[in-house]
Amino acid sequence: MTTNLSPLLQVAIYASFALLFLGLFATFLRLLKGPSLPDRVVAIDLFTMFVMGIIILYSAITGLTIYMNAVFVLAFIAFMGTVAFARYLEKGTES
Amino acid sequence: MSEIFAALFLFAGSFFMFLAGLGTLRFPDLFSRMHAATKAASFGIGLMLTGLVILYFSWYLLIMSALIIFFIFITAPVAAHMLGRAGYLLQVPLYEKTIADEMADVFERSSSHES
Repeated sequence: MTTNLSPLLQVAIYASFALLFLGLFATFLRLLKGPSLPDRVVAIDLFTMFVMGIIILYSAITGLTIYMNAVFVLAFIAFMGTVAFARYLEKGTES
Repeated sequence: MSEIFAALFLFAGSFFMFLAGLGTLRFPDLFSRMHAATKAASFGIGLMLTGLVILYFSWYLLIMSALIIFFIFITAPVAAHMLGRAGYLLQVPLYEKTIADEMADVFERSSSHES
């Protein structure tokens, strides 16, 4: 845990945390009320993006850059999940 | 000096991601929501990773960030394209002020232009 960041950087990182959590809340509202299933899949995909951003901010504030591995794995899992959902929805329309 | 740039990049990236969340909440139909979610969020992740590389430079971090940005910029359009196609085939209603629907010639929708 390195805490020798400059005050400007600390303010910027905490403001970024606030913005990311606001965006996460907006995405969660869309996930709750999305009228159709693809809307909810878009919201889940955006969820993973926000979690990646939060991990990046956490590694910026602690200096532990080893968390980039987790970001990479999350990007891969988000892509796989969205593609699987899209294939599933599209197969459902043919039969 | 580099800390100012790092703070600027981190804040700009998270602001773009906040815009992506706001657009996902506020836009009127599925396709404009997907437009906000895909492009603004991947651009925001790229800016935040750039800020992190400026802050803590190492070759591991640089290569890993370049890999992540490359992977996201390859896969996000593919996923959005497949999801938009599935939503169109599922007859998700378009926004009532939609002016261009080029797939209407290829695929017959039972109910086009409903809000």
